[in-house]
Amino acid sequence: MNAILQVKNVTKRYGGLTANNDISFDVAPQEILSVIGPNGAGKSTLFKQVAGFVTPTTGEVIYKGTKISGLPPHKVARLGVVRTFQETTIFKSMTVRENVIVSHHLRSKASLLGFFFGSAQAKADEAEFGKSADDIIDFLGLQAIRDETASNLPQGHLRALGMAIGLATQPEIILLDEPFAGMNHDETMRMVALVRRLRDERGLTVLLVEHDMPAVMKISDRIVCINFGEKIAEGTPAEIQANPRVIEAYLGSEDAAIGM
Amino acid sequence: MTDQTQSTPVVKAILSTSRLLGIGAFLLGVFVLVPVIINLTGRWDFYYTLTSVALLSVAAAGVWLTFYIGRINIGQGAYALMGGYVSAVLMTQYGVSFWLTLPLAGIFCALVSVLIGLPILRLRGVYFAMVTLVLTEVARLTALALPITNGAKGITSIPLPGELSIFGLTIIPDFATLENPKLAFYLMAALLMTLTYVVLWRIVNSRLGHLCRSLQQNEELSASIGVNTAMLRVLSYAISSFFGGLAGAIFVAISQSIYPSSFVVQDSVNFMLYCFLGGLGYVFGPMLGTLLLYFGWDLLSIAREYQLLIYSGALIALMLVLPNGVLSLLDKKGGSK
Repeated sequence: MNAILQVKNVTKRYGGLTANNDISFDVAPQEILSVIGPNGAGKSTLFKQVAGFVTPTTGEVIYKGTKISGLPPHKVARLGVVRTFQETTIFKSMTVRENVIVSHHLRSKASLLGFFFGSAQAKADEAEFGKSADDIIDFLGLQAIRDETASNLPQGHLRALGMAIGLATQPEIILLDEPFAGMNHDETMRMVALVRRLRDERGLTVLLVEHDMPAVMKISDRIVCINFGEKIAEGTPAEIQANPRVIEAYLGSEDAAIGM
Repeated sequence: MTDQTQSTPVVKAILSTSRLLGIGAFLLGVFVLVPVIINLTGRWDFYYTLTSVALLSVAAAGVWLTFYIGRINIGQGAYALMGGYVSAVLMTQYGVSFWLTLPLAGIFCALVSVLIGLPILRLRGVYFAMVTLVLTEVARLTALALPITNGAKGITSIPLPGELSIFGLTIIPDFATLENPKLAFYLMAALLMTLTYVVLWRIVNSRLGHLCRSLQQNEELSASIGVNTAMLRVLSYAISSFFGGLAGAIFVAISQSIYPSSFVVQDSVNFMLYCFLGGLGYVFGPMLGTLLLYFGWDLLSIAREYQLLIYSGALIALMLVLPNGVLSLLDKKGGSK
């Protein structure tokens, strides 16, 4: 496998607590890979280390042959690995369109002084960002709320907006933090279709952390399962569903099947 | 909204007639009407008051910019004091022209603020506010302790601004030879204020301002969309301190003296209040806030012992009725920023 992202022996300790212990896995280009595990298993910590918000104690994260662990988030984002947050993390007092436009920052070619004096480059950037923002808004079906202030939006829309913000940075790998949390069945199915389209139509590699097992089983190419900070299984949804260690981690017994 | 209107919001905003009228009225009022009215009424003391308003609003503009990136700055007094001392020391001990010390004072403050800002701008909310509050006191004590600042005796007999000429052409005459230096100081301060707010307006309405807003609303998300948040914070803080230093330097030129107690914690708190009262969401908020509060305080002196009572009462009432600042009145009428 020609991996686009490699997590290599990543360990993160907070004092005496080991949040991640020697976790390794590879992500192939244009793959949808889910990281699952019970609450407190260390999924979020792992995510933060990939996106540059937390530096691993030992081990490293390699993206296209470059070590990205230890870099600050804005540099990791610049290289093409971008994290979206859970729904409350948006720019609240901007409109949907402004949220998406400002998130194009990475594509900006003008300098800070150029912004200030309104150079031709800065104007060209703004025009391009406006167009690209509209494309993304159309892609995600948010046309109706384009000029709505973000703080007035319901949860489902906020989640989509978070994704729009992530897309605006034009990443190669997008990390989705619980994209299906708190959604009903219909909303989840729509979101599953959307995440697929990210990969199929925009060519993204998707890494997601999720609790919703039916959705994970439906959407993932492969799954990595973590428990108590350690990787206990890796494989296709079918393999994971049949894995006794996964079943034990989730249910504490072998006789109930997880997922569907 | 079409793409066309979106790509040229700045041009449109500048060219809209109401805005042009507003700018014209502002310039006319500040540079023509005020001197004429003062001449007619003979209230020459108002020159000093209004010069102070203009200078304080320059410093307050800096505070406002730090508010704009989501930091409560109660430390502007430190930079005003620092800028004042830089200008005073350069003029009295090295014989540098006032006009050269002005930008130097601003740049010195900006550089110091980068050093101070790098560690403290990592703090948020009340923690940052507390550190900046202490900063003013630290600046005062430093001025007391350093030999170059002459301790508690301060620096006095600072010359008035001299002549400024380029290639033999006199641009600004020597203030000491002027019949009415008060008017000259007023015009200088008003010009500086105008320039400051043009700069501030440009910052806020360019991409730089959008990035500042993204920082104000969510720093983590801002970082994850690729904004170098640490750099942007320090940059805003440096611009803010630059304004503080400029204002301090001119104050020194006007009063021709500076003491460690020239700018104290009270001043820092006032700068913050000007921003709050004027409106944190409006570029011209700190200017209006300074005018209302400082001029209002001055006018209330006719109430004698009730001055503070009325003033504080009005402050509390304003905060209750207009929590988003005086300029939020415009929004209620459907106006724009």
